[in-house]
Amino acid sequence: MEDLVSIKNLNIEARTRAGTLKVVNDLSFTIKKSETLCVVGESGCGKSVTALSLMSLLPEGILKVSSGDILFDNINLAQLSETELEGIRGNEISMIFQEPMTSLNPLFTVGEQVSEVIRRHKNLNKAKAWVNAVELLDAVKIPNPDKRAFDYPFQLSGGQRQRVMIAIALACQPKILIADEPTTALDVTIQAEILALINMLKHETGTAVMFITHDMAVVAQMADRVVVMHPGKKVEEGTVHEIFNNPQHEYTKSLLAAVPKLGEMASKKYPEPMRLVGEKKTKALKPIVGTNEPLLKVNNLVTRYPVKGGVLRRTVARVHAVEDVSFTIMKGKTLSLVGESGCGKSTVGRSLIRLVEPTSGDVNLDGQNILSLNQKDMREARSNIQMVFQDPFSSLNPQRPLFDQVAEPLRNYGMVKREVLQEKIGDLFDRVKLPRSFMQRYPHQLSGGQRQRIAIARALALNPKLIIADEAVSALDVSVQAQVLNLMMELQVDLGLSFLFISHDMAVVERVSHDVGVMYLGRLVEIGPRQAIFRNPQHPYTQDLLKAVPIADPDKRKSERDLNFKPLPSPIHDLTHDPVPSEYKEVAKNHYVLTTDCGY
Amino acid sequence: MLFVLLVVVVLNFLMLHLAPGDIADTIAQTMGGADEQDMAELRQQYGLDQPFFIQLFNYVIRVALLDFGHSHFYNLPVFDLIMERFPATLLLVFSAQILSLFVGILLGVYAAQNPNGLSSLFVNMFSLFGYAAPVFWTGILLLIAFSLHIPIFPVSGMRDITIETDNFFVHFFDVLRHLFLPMITLASIFFAYYSRLCRASMLEVLGADFVRTAKAKGLSKKDVLLKHALKNSLSPVITFAGLSFSAVVSGAILVETVYSWPGLGTLAFNSIISRDTPVLLGILIFSTLMVTVGNLLTDLTLKALDPRIKI
Amino acid sequence: MLENEEIEEPTIKPVKEIFQTFFKSYSAVTGLVILIGIAVMGFIGPLFYPTDPFDMVWMPFSPPGADGFLLGTDYLGRDILSQIINGARVSIAIGFSAALVSCFIGVGIGSFAGFYGGWVEETLMRITEFFQVLPTLLFAMVIVALFGSSVLSITLAIGAVSWASVARITRSEFLRIKELDFVLASRSSGSNNMALIFRVILPNAAAPIIVQSALLVGAAITFEAGLAFLGLSDPNVISWGQVIGSNRVYILDATYTVTFPGIAIFITVLAISLVGDGLNDALNPKLRSR
Repeated sequence: MEDLVSIKNLNIEARTRAGTLKVVNDLSFTIKKSETLCVVGESGCGKSVTALSLMSLLPEGILKVSSGDILFDNINLAQLSETELEGIRGNEISMIFQEPMTSLNPLFTVGEQVSEVIRRHKNLNKAKAWVNAVELLDAVKIPNPDKRAFDYPFQLSGGQRQRVMIAIALACQPKILIADEPTTALDVTIQAEILALINMLKHETGTAVMFITHDMAVVAQMADRVVVMHPGKKVEEGTVHEIFNNPQHEYTKSLLAAVPKLGEMASKKYPEPMRLVGEKKTKALKPIVGTNEPLLKVNNLVTRYPVKGGVLRRTVARVHAVEDVSFTIMKGKTLSLVGESGCGKSTVGRSLIRLVEPTSGDVNLDGQNILSLNQKDMREARSNIQMVFQDPFSSLNPQRPLFDQVAEPLRNYGMVKREVLQEKIGDLFDRVKLPRSFMQRYPHQLSGGQRQRIAIARALALNPKLIIADEAVSALDVSVQAQVLNLMMELQVDLGLSFLFISHDMAVVERVSHDVGVMYLGRLVEIGPRQAIFRNPQHPYTQDLLKAVPIADPDKRKSERDLNFKPLPSPIHDLTHDPVPSEYKEVAKNHYVLTTDCGY
Repeated sequence: MLFVLLVVVVLNFLMLHLAPGDIADTIAQTMGGADEQDMAELRQQYGLDQPFFIQLFNYVIRVALLDFGHSHFYNLPVFDLIMERFPATLLLVFSAQILSLFVGILLGVYAAQNPNGLSSLFVNMFSLFGYAAPVFWTGILLLIAFSLHIPIFPVSGMRDITIETDNFFVHFFDVLRHLFLPMITLASIFFAYYSRLCRASMLEVLGADFVRTAKAKGLSKKDVLLKHALKNSLSPVITFAGLSFSAVVSGAILVETVYSWPGLGTLAFNSIISRDTPVLLGILIFSTLMVTVGNLLTDLTLKALDPRIKI
Repeated sequence: MLENEEIEEPTIKPVKEIFQTFFKSYSAVTGLVILIGIAVMGFIGPLFYPTDPFDMVWMPFSPPGADGFLLGTDYLGRDILSQIINGARVSIAIGFSAALVSCFIGVGIGSFAGFYGGWVEETLMRITEFFQVLPTLLFAMVIVALFGSSVLSITLAIGAVSWASVARITRSEFLRIKELDFVLASRSSGSNNMALIFRVILPNAAAPIIVQSALLVGAAITFEAGLAFLGLSDPNVISWGQVIGSNRVYILDATYTVTFPGIAIFITVLAISLVGDGLNDALNPKLRSR
């Protein structure tokens, strides 16, 4: 088939304070008409920059094409004037971006923003463009498009905003659509819908798609062909089956090894570390058995936030963040809480150590009821439960050296004498496999994975029994994510730790957990042993959630028919709202399913 | 808004109370001394022999009824005195504020297009100047330059009393001519601030995702800049302008004194010299009112700009 | 392939890095040098130029350069150069101490409001809002008019009316930082509220507060000059504003009596704002590499 885009020996340079830096190095590939090409790589590999250069939208003064050609429809884009380029952008080449929350102008209605691009390129009058815009909003499946067109972006959900972006991008039937991580910021069910929408529109209009992502599972879902990039260079190119079934380059192999694939643990009763490329083949991957002795029992936990309003700032409504949730964590085992954003899983974690005060319920740690403790005793009890947070950039204090940060809990509790502190911290650095020479460094001198190791070291300092890992690996690149997960599993074996693992990523959850709880709108809708939940999901929400998860295998693509998700209702209710208690049915041993209403 | 005014009134009262000497002493001073009997009478007249809270209550009620006391220097009710001067200050404050916003935004947008260019340098230099030069000093320099050496503008006042005509336009342009230097002086500080802020805010917005979207739609540079970026970058400027209202009023007091502009500022200056405390307190209440109204206007403008803001 | 990126970068303390960035900026260093020069002039200048600023040494309105008076004499025949040298002391002292006062009030109110939230925040921010609406100069005029014009009352009056911006900035920084994970981590590792406020959050909020406080020093100097211009200055000490204020009636006859002290204020405040800009660039985390 004919080449639509042909990139030849492209070099892009970044100007930094330290000098010029090559971000894209001698890159060549082509995109054929009506095909989907996925460009995959980890953060900083130059994939987004390549996309922007195809739009001729590299930020001026920072990034520059230093050599090479970009041919679009046999036209060399570098030879066009700015006016000619403006005529192509949004018309023949269009683009959608990662952050739907910030990609639309907050001060214009979505109707205005869609019709603007139509009027720009199609020479229609205002009224006709508006009609056309409403049709487009309908085509991207926005409900009540004629009314929604008058909404401002802040009145729409993230998924709807991304649909609006797609409507804008496809308004002029472009020859190619560039999608730069379009679903990374979205929940998995919404991701599935957006991916399906892009596929559907692609088949209807015959537009080519350049799909940029870091997520191998999404690649497996979308791609006809794949280009793998690793710092600035193309390391491998091939059809999606070639890449997944017979990867040639070491980097592609290691990338695929690091990706947890949903279903690969189905036959294993206990979680075990991942085998990473580059490690010794002889290294035994022992399953993590754990015990059946309960460590933490949570009964009927409820957490609600007041919503203040009016002149007197009185409570006018409540956010029902966690509603009647009960579970037990065994010593040496991992319980995962999964669910989409806003389901209350993080609030559960924070309620347990009373970073957020729960409204009611019992939290029993080793026989001690945490919720009835006074401030002083609570402080003592916190040493038994420690947290690791999501964002490796904000979880460390930028102003203090790492030694002080790891030592902070020990100093706060006065547990260790000054003379042995140095040695103790050194041990902790060894434990998380960071060189001791890092002790006097500052957080900004560390990579994301290294920061997360420090956060784990800090959590380990007090010899806790339970670690709450709140999306602890979500912000990391897959290869780093795999190492941190392996580290956590090793620590679990060595120290007999229990984990409450809070995550939205079903594949990671399948890899690390003994037990899994699925949350929806503040409720635990299903809980049980991992194998039972993944193999035999009973609650309709769990079933839909599992259907939405893309699998890193091109032979297991989801078909559009599978997708039928309901929009998430609001967790905000007025003061008179009295939710029903959660009741469960035991469908198999230790496998409970919610029988009462949860809003789904 | 009412709350703010109430607090000012109470604060006024407290300060009067805490200050060394009481109202009677102050008044006696302005009258050029009084004997014991007169003082006692004065104290009774002002209810100073009553308990603290009753005095406070009476004071608040009096102010609410627009009774700000009596100026012993001018021998007029303070309220009348202020009302006579108020329009002149209002004119100066609002014209300077609007002028500086307008010019500031224009310059800021222009400079933002070239963050390292000459216009940006100019904006930065100018804002340094606006911050560093005391406003009364700028006023004096302009006065010397444009009224003395090159006499195109009048030295002082608001009207030329020698004009003998009823023609509205003649008077209008006369006031405008008098207004010009004070307005420019006062505006110079603020348009330096606003242009710098607008430039910074524009630069930030130009890096935003939705500006990239606008470019990706194929919009022209002009549309991206004036339609998508400008509207978004106005909010911080307008917000800051609202916060600056009290500073504009403070500046107006100094500027009025330099140009003998017959507003509240010159009145305040004179009342300090003549130790006419009731007038000073009345001016404080009135100018607070002016600032609150200014803030209200700012909030309404912001709401009109941004659909996300609710009042 | 895997995470073996050993970062080969010397361990620099953030504080040291800030100093390095600051001293790389020509304008910031120029500002600092000027500022130190003026302070030195104010504090030890009188030793080398011993003419008393209050002494009537010559004919009134002797123009600059004439009769051996570099900057001329004022309406009472006092040496303006001596007034400017001695005025530096008071102007700078008032500027810095007033800024210190507002910094204390503003940081106190802002940090407690931002950290505790709820009714504490509500009350404190109402107070702040009130001080934002109050025309500061008028309020300071009332204070000084009622309580007498001494250096102390003027300093306190300026400090008391100009803290609102510091409080607002401190609060918004606290609101932002207290939600960051490292604060939660520090809390869950046993830090109490005071430690969180002063040892964890405040150091991370310091940058914009320091910049704002630096700008307040300049603002306080012009503020003092403004009060003095209106006749509200301590008659027993000489300050730049006072020189302008006392000669203001004669500007039409002797321009220089107002020009020179004005230039002194202008240069000083300009130097302060150059230092402030330099601090801003050095402290701004956006510009520093992570």
